[in-house]
Amino acid sequence: MSEQGMLSRLAESLYWIGRYVERADDTARTVDSYVHRMVEDPFNDEDATCRSLLSILGMPYEKDEPITRADMLQVIVYDVENPNSIAGAFSGAYENARRSRDFISSEMWIALNKTRNRLPQMESTARLLGPSSYLEYVRERTALLAGLTDATLSHDDGWNFLVLGRTIERIDMTARLLRGRVLSAEHAPDWLAFLRANGAMESFMRSTNELHDANSVATFLILDRLFPRSVLFSLNLADSCLFEIQPSGQRIASADMARQSLARARGRLDFMDSSQLLAQLPELLEMLEDTCLLVNDAITTKFFRHEDAVLWSSEGAL
Amino acid sequence: MCSVALMGMIFEDDSSGAWNEMFEAPGKPRPIYERLFAEIDRFDPAELLQRSDQLSHTFLDRGVTFAHSGEERPFPLDLMPRLLGAIEWDLLERGISQRVRALEAFLGDVYGAGQVFEDGVIPKSVVTTSSHFCRAAHSIEPPNGVRITVAGIDLVRDEIGKFRILEDNVRIPSGVSYVIENRRAMTQTFSALFSNHRVHPVDSYPARLLAALRLAAPYGIGDPVVVVLSPGVYNAAYFEHVLLARMMGIELVEGRDLVCRSNHVFMRMTNGERPVHVIYRRVDDDWLDPLQFRPDSVIGVAGLVNAARAGNVALANALGNGVADDKLVYTYVPDFIRFYLGEEPLIENVETFRLEDPDVLGEVLQSLDAYVLKPVDGSGGKGIVIGPQADEQTLTSVRDAIIMSPRNWIAQRPVALSTHPTLVDEQVSPRHVDLRPFAVSGGQGVWVLPGGLTRVALGAGELVVNSSRGGGSKDTWVLNDQLVAPRGPATDVGQPPRNAGVIPRQNDEYTDQEAEQ
Repeated sequence: MSEQGMLSRLAESLYWIGRYVERADDTARTVDSYVHRMVEDPFNDEDATCRSLLSILGMPYEKDEPITRADMLQVIVYDVENPNSIAGAFSGAYENARRSRDFISSEMWIALNKTRNRLPQMESTARLLGPSSYLEYVRERTALLAGLTDATLSHDDGWNFLVLGRTIERIDMTARLLRGRVLSAEHAPDWLAFLRANGAMESFMRSTNELHDANSVATFLILDRLFPRSVLFSLNLADSCLFEIQPSGQRIASADMARQSLARARGRLDFMDSSQLLAQLPELLEMLEDTCLLVNDAITTKFFRHEDAVLWSSEGAL
Repeated sequence: MCSVALMGMIFEDDSSGAWNEMFEAPGKPRPIYERLFAEIDRFDPAELLQRSDQLSHTFLDRGVTFAHSGEERPFPLDLMPRLLGAIEWDLLERGISQRVRALEAFLGDVYGAGQVFEDGVIPKSVVTTSSHFCRAAHSIEPPNGVRITVAGIDLVRDEIGKFRILEDNVRIPSGVSYVIENRRAMTQTFSALFSNHRVHPVDSYPARLLAALRLAAPYGIGDPVVVVLSPGVYNAAYFEHVLLARMMGIELVEGRDLVCRSNHVFMRMTNGERPVHVIYRRVDDDWLDPLQFRPDSVIGVAGLVNAARAGNVALANALGNGVADDKLVYTYVPDFIRFYLGEEPLIENVETFRLEDPDVLGEVLQSLDAYVLKPVDGSGGKGIVIGPQADEQTLTSVRDAIIMSPRNWIAQRPVALSTHPTLVDEQVSPRHVDLRPFAVSGGQGVWVLPGGLTRVALGAGELVVNSSRGGGSKDTWVLNDQLVAPRGPATDVGQPPRNAGVIPRQNDEYTDQEAEQ
């Protein structure tokens, strides 16, 4: 299926649409659960919780003066200039969609464009009534986009790049959230709230009769092979996207850097003793974040930026 | 000053002497507008405004925009369509085709034998001093002989209702995407109006363009790879580039996606490089190839011109076409039609004066405020001075500019562009309009898209309609018949379609019972 290939620039745009839309979704889910925690927990330390959240989302707050919930929301949710915020992620997805507008379906384009046009209005409402309507809107729109991606785009290389981006982002975000839970548990939502934020509550409950303890939740979110937001599920999906994009021979394993990194992470998770998960979690999460970085770089070098150095020779003689 | 009531609103007609497209006398629509007038007159004004609002929302959501002064804004579509009758359109179609054929012959001559100079039709100096004359285009012979794959010819209607050519655009004319999008929006918003009129469709344009581009392929390439080359998302017409690429089903590329190697052009793909044979380029000559033109261009492709010269890639439109857009050359086009085609021009130019002649120059300078003054290489309405509307200071500076270089200016008799009722600020008012039909050619005759883009100047009395000056547009309907014939059966199917089977539903007796209780 990949005989044809596709424009490198276009592939990069699609990959980043996948990443940014997923980022908006995951961030909305996370912020929602943290805000709940802050509202419901009477002993909550607002400043510390905000710092913890900013730190796991890769935007550490360095200043000494205390940070309020409103400040935190400004940075993580509304700040268009910040590519890690929700509004910023949408803006990033929109810019990439503009560049690939001839490729994506017009329904995807309209959905994304409409969302972007609507966000400022949602923001002013949210500033009055609290962020939950905004966050809900974001979750709905990202779900709509994901649905349109799957239903209106041919499942060709372009779709594979988009899904690849979505998957890598999802692994990265899940790892970050779990880290927040592990490293600064007192500020993070409890395990069940955490499941709820991932939309995983019912699936988790049905999947196990065991005690609903930290280890079983972490096991579910990392090792479950059927739940689409689990790390292992995403690793498998990412690998199959890469395989579709560039099928390797059946007999010798791929020399592809990205697929090798994914395979290493998978190998580690595939045969893990789940009862030991919690103890190994910090190190495991670090490994997952590194894997995401490695895969991202490998894909970028291999598919998006494979320009060779400019060669100076005489311009084609006639 | 006379006024008529339309949709309960007072429709002020100005007394500028301009031709009114819709009304021949106050309250009396022209024959082709009668049905439309009757339909629209029935609308409740509030409903009309609501529809207008809906229309602009649709455009915003679809991202149908034009970058104006660095800002993305929707290209305003007025909901009152502009109508052209069948007989009138027939003349326009033939006139535009004739003009494009003459310009094509002229360009081939300029960058080839130069017969037109030898026979004294136009002085060689006029061509070589044109800022768009391109020496690099010499001896680049398009395989199908077509330099003007796409042309946009601007027309205006004068005071007595006669169409005249205002300018030729045979470089990279834009606007056709709005024709397509306008029609789509109008059929959605006003489907009722369409059922009472037989309107020529416009959606075959992308297919026509693709066919023409494929015909431009280098020799020996049976299944050419055709791409659209865009300067990128910051270009005012980016939306159009996307739309055309999508509707033609071909790649939209930017300069950085292409690379030239030993006079062949390739695009960078995820799995290596793929050869490119025909480039529908929407990048100006100046920026196309940093090795040939502006070395600071980052939107071009180094080596493209040599690849074209080697015959390995075709550029559409061709290099150097700008010389035909030069407004001084424009004054010679009627002569080209006689010289190359042996025909009389079907559509006349606007009366224009060449300022290189000292006598003419003297006369024009004496009464500058009686002319429209245009720089010969301007586009998008830039630099135009409308004498009767200009203040003293503008006139003085344009006078200085003209005296400095009379070659670079022309003077035209001011034409009161025709007006058309237009919805502005919740009022229906007359606004000046022009018409830009688009012509496509692949070497097997010139095809003219029925209608074209009607641009409307949204400011009262404003005469410059260019979208880059914040103008709007109208859907343009070429009617198939002067009068609407009764319609036959919608489709000519032999027998009525078999009824489809029943859609299965879930067996839900239980819930049905529940509902009944």
